[in-house]
Amino acid sequence: MFTSLSQKLTGVFDGLRRRGTLSDADVDTALREIRIALLEADVALPVLKEFIAKVREKASGAAIVKSIQPGQMVVKIVSDALVELLGAEAVPLNLAAQPPAVILMAGLQGSGKTTTSGKLAKYLTERQRKKVLLASLDIYRPAAQEQLRQVAAQIKVECLPIIAGEKPEAITRRALDTARLQAFDVLILDTAGRLHIDESLMAEIKAVHALSNPVETLLVADAMTGQDAVNVAKAFRDALPITGIVLTRMDSDARGGAALSMRQVTGAPIKFLGVSERPDGLEEFHPQRVADRILGMGDIVSLVEKAAANIDQAEAEKMAAKMQKGQFDLDDLLSQLRQMKKMGGISSMLSFLPGMSAMKDKIPGDAELQFKRQEAIILSMTPGERRNPKLLQASRKRRVAAGAGVDVPAVNRLLKQYEQMADMMKKFGKMSKKDLMRGGMKGLFGGQ
Amino acid sequence: MSFWTRLKDGLGKSAAKLSTGITDLFTKRKLDAAALEEFEELLITADLSPRLAAKLTEKLRKTRFDTEVSDEEIKQFLAGELTTLLTPVATPLRLEAGLQIVLVVGVNGNGKTTSIGKLAHYYAGLGRSVGIAAGDTFRAAAVEQLAVWATRAKARFYPGDGTKDAASVAFQSAESAARDGVDLLFIDTAGRLHNKEHLVAELAKIRRVLLKSIPEAAIQTVLVLDATTGLTALSQVEVFKDAAQLTGLIVTKLDGTAKGGMVAALADAYGLPVHAVGVGEGIEDLQPFVAKDFAERLCSIDAE
Repeated sequence: MFTSLSQKLTGVFDGLRRRGTLSDADVDTALREIRIALLEADVALPVLKEFIAKVREKASGAAIVKSIQPGQMVVKIVSDALVELLGAEAVPLNLAAQPPAVILMAGLQGSGKTTTSGKLAKYLTERQRKKVLLASLDIYRPAAQEQLRQVAAQIKVECLPIIAGEKPEAITRRALDTARLQAFDVLILDTAGRLHIDESLMAEIKAVHALSNPVETLLVADAMTGQDAVNVAKAFRDALPITGIVLTRMDSDARGGAALSMRQVTGAPIKFLGVSERPDGLEEFHPQRVADRILGMGDIVSLVEKAAANIDQAEAEKMAAKMQKGQFDLDDLLSQLRQMKKMGGISSMLSFLPGMSAMKDKIPGDAELQFKRQEAIILSMTPGERRNPKLLQASRKRRVAAGAGVDVPAVNRLLKQYEQMADMMKKFGKMSKKDLMRGGMKGLFGGQ
Repeated sequence: MSFWTRLKDGLGKSAAKLSTGITDLFTKRKLDAAALEEFEELLITADLSPRLAAKLTEKLRKTRFDTEVSDEEIKQFLAGELTTLLTPVATPLRLEAGLQIVLVVGVNGNGKTTSIGKLAHYYAGLGRSVGIAAGDTFRAAAVEQLAVWATRAKARFYPGDGTKDAASVAFQSAESAARDGVDLLFIDTAGRLHNKEHLVAELAKIRRVLLKSIPEAAIQTVLVLDATTGLTALSQVEVFKDAAQLTGLIVTKLDGTAKGGMVAALADAYGLPVHAVGVGEGIEDLQPFVAKDFAERLCSIDAE
């Protein structure tokens, strides 16, 4: 549903490029597109207005007129301004305190405090070799304390034993005592979710804050939050000295405009992003990536990192060598399919590519299923058939189809796809490096 | 305190914002292009989608452009438009003879479990025999949380047999509920993001398995949405609508935030029934959705 801002701006500036000048009216048109794009990304209006004013200041003037591609130039200005707003550098977690260093987690109901507390405990235990104690002050939601206890057990981190009926302030005292006596480095206090307008609960968390004197007070917020992000951030900022923000559910398709609102209003840096339901799904914050995402420009760095983490280097080199020789058999196709699967499938990869997030919607929902089927088809062939697909005559195809639980046309489709890829590989092999540079992909696709 | 008083209190802040916004904007002012633009922005800050905000602004422009308007007129206009939009979607859960199943789905942290507790309490209060099944086999302590709600709501509780397979819990609980003469069985499911295809596909599986013993007409699939959600609310509905055959929505956490507009945005885009709205933490604080009251409270017009 979102179109990339850079695409839109390129459209806006297509006409301009020929004229070579940029009038105020042009800037206005561009800013209108930027405004819509950021609204679609859930950037709150008051924050947006300030932001637009800043961009206008930077965009009108000589810099743009001189640049060859005004559209790209504006995108760059916007992106730079976003990064600046989001905090140009990542700010690490501050644990400089007499142990135990207390981390207080605050946020609305359902923003992901308990899950994040667990992730943070795991992160500190494993990456920073800290001895961490978890304690839940959520006496309101049924089984909330039990949830944290189970999370702690799962990640093998200590959790303060639950005493039924104990009040949050008493739990805080007990947690502090336990942490001191048993020499914990870090104490993470998970609190009950509270609406920012709930005064008695806000008073409670203030009292807990005064009692525990935390080095970090983290506001946990859902990346999918809409316009209300500003109000939430304001209320928590007014009640507590927020030192950092954790944005959860960044693995959703939200563009994360809330990040901008939260950062702007609290003035506190974003420290972590929650990126999956797994206990290790916590990432350090990178402003450029989030800026790109808000602009719908994809996130190539993350894609490359993901690829680096998942792709078997040796396998990839073998493949590259084969491609150069123009050899490509069904075993290679299989290993490619598997690499793709490891990276989270096509739709996941597309979401990282600039301008491709829109394409994602066009991929049939069963694309991942197709992968599985294709894998099954290849696995139903003999090693000989995989090396030499020409062996596959009608009766063999029937056998393969039966083995993979598909029909013969599905086998044919796979073979056809394979042939096209093999053809392409051959052309690759024949092309010299120079040809590749000159003809590029056009040469490969028959050059129109 | 009546529900609508609570909703008013809850929506108070946002309503006040929208209302004072309108007052500031239209105190004896000509409805020119600049005023319209500000009106549109005001709607967007109330989380009406840009699309709906544009639509309403256009309508206002067509009828009243360049005339002098008062804030009261604008509020009436907006409340009227929203009522028209919301009336068709304000329909309660379907209650028919025999076992009815309500499969409750949604993104993590939207309030599925709490909503089930409140709904169970509500329908038990109407004299229905209510059951609750713990189909969230993923999150830590989800079963324990639901058990507490079942006790509070005096509902039968079907915790499953410790299996991690949600479809199996659903199937077994449906069979047991039918035996126990339950009228209304709420099945909780693990929270899942709408862009995780394999997790969304799991919901389709739960439905398929239920269909083995339950007629399709007796299954309702309800999406629980957090009112503070931004435009992803639209993509959530878009995905779950097809994958899980949504029949309706429940909107939670309408208290305390600028939200409410999102309900209208969804009605405008999808027209799915809104069965209930949540306005507080208490067990009584989830109630059927009433369009006119909601629209008027949102625009701060007193119905009395």
